[in-house]
Amino acid sequence: MHLIEEYPHSMSQIPLFETTPHWTVTELTRYLRQVLESDSSLQDVWVQGEISNFSRPSSGHLYFTLKDAGSSLRCVVWKTDASRLRLTLQDGMAIEAHGAISVYEVGGQYQLYVNLIKPVGEGALYQEFLRLKALLDAEGLFDPSRKRPLPELPRRIGIITSPTGAALRDMLNTLRRRLPLAEVFIAPSPVQGDEAPARLVVALEILNSKIKPDVILIARGGGSIEDLWAFNDERVVRAVAVSKTPVISGVGHETDFTLTDFAADLRAPTPTAAAELATAITIEDLKYAIGQLQMNLTESIHSSLESRRVDLGNADLQLKQFSPIRRLQSDRQRVDEWGHLVETAIRHKLDLSLLRVQALDQRLVALSPLEVLKRGYAVVKRSKDARLVDSVKKVKRGDELQVRVSDGSFNVNVSGKADG
Amino acid sequence: MAKQKPVADFSFEEASSELEAIVATLENEQKSLEDSMALFERGQALIKRCSGLLEKAELKVKQLTDNGISDFQDG
Repeated sequence: MHLIEEYPHSMSQIPLFETTPHWTVTELTRYLRQVLESDSSLQDVWVQGEISNFSRPSSGHLYFTLKDAGSSLRCVVWKTDASRLRLTLQDGMAIEAHGAISVYEVGGQYQLYVNLIKPVGEGALYQEFLRLKALLDAEGLFDPSRKRPLPELPRRIGIITSPTGAALRDMLNTLRRRLPLAEVFIAPSPVQGDEAPARLVVALEILNSKIKPDVILIARGGGSIEDLWAFNDERVVRAVAVSKTPVISGVGHETDFTLTDFAADLRAPTPTAAAELATAITIEDLKYAIGQLQMNLTESIHSSLESRRVDLGNADLQLKQFSPIRRLQSDRQRVDEWGHLVETAIRHKLDLSLLRVQALDQRLVALSPLEVLKRGYAVVKRSKDARLVDSVKKVKRGDELQVRVSDGSFNVNVSGKADG
Repeated sequence: MAKQKPVADFSFEEASSELEAIVATLENEQKSLEDSMALFERGQALIKRCSGLLEKAELKVKQLTDNGISDFQDG
């Protein structure tokens, strides 16, 4: 009778006291299903409750009952939706489930066909997220005109993250691979929990005031919205917005957005991507660029030298035409010619002298006393003192004389004298 | 004057920016042979410095602590 009260229009044509049944169970169940499915408000519902009777058969679909203090609701999660759930369900867990109400005809049970599940409280956090986002947005904190350009080639890179997280390891590996020229300064900070927002703010302040890096990466690995909540904290968002150094955020996964992302100069989908975006130019690019500069340098000096060589060649030709060397060369030839003349003259003179010497020699020979002797004359000397006897007065009777003729000499004694 | 600093002490940025300027000068300006050769030789020294820095580059990682800055050891 409850049904009749609920759906008076549908039932109105059925006589109340009819004894022959007009509906089969199946027909009625199907009808109820259609009724529920045609109510759009039942096809898009969030229901909050606690999980019980959780089961996960080999089909991969999930079954559980959602209950609160007063009632319970059968729930199904189809395998495809189950694979997208971010959290592991278990009995006793308080959740908010989203889905559509329908009827499982075989069991005659209405149930919730769940496609999304969030832990309880997430909805409230999301509301807070939207409220704060609207507030800061109205202040202009997320204004695109506030975004600063990132350095092309950062020398110093500040990193704010947990010193023990995988995010840090991923970022360091990426930086090591892409730009090992850089210097990294890690400002360690918890990235979740009550302490995190204040520590993140301090880390930003210290990097900005003490290290003054070229860019700051603020990052955290993936997690639930509560895990990432520190990055939605107003203090952190404001500190990122006023940072003197450009900030790249890399918080969570691709699909996670935090207010820090909106305030940052650049939002990276992951920590690794943040490290990549911070190093737009890699060491391979630099090696290539230096290689190019080397080529340009060599080419420019070669072409400069070559053009000078050509100039020099031309100048050399011109120079040679007016060159003193040319005159020098002709002078040298003249000197050679003169030299030849001089030499000839000297030689001629020498020849003449020689002839004269020969003539003199012959005359000397002709004057030689030996030649005279050959003609029958004799040279007479006194034997005692070898004095030439050229007068009778130089001899007296008995003197021994030496007589030289052409082929020898002999001695004689003076036996008498007579004047010429 | 940056020129007074030995090239061996130049950072990559210092060396590469001067190198770029030298190449631009050689390509665009008419310099005396002597100046050109001097620029070329300086360029060669700068290239050597840049290449050396790139070959030897190793990421330096430091960590800020309560007591200051220390080297960061990661696995």
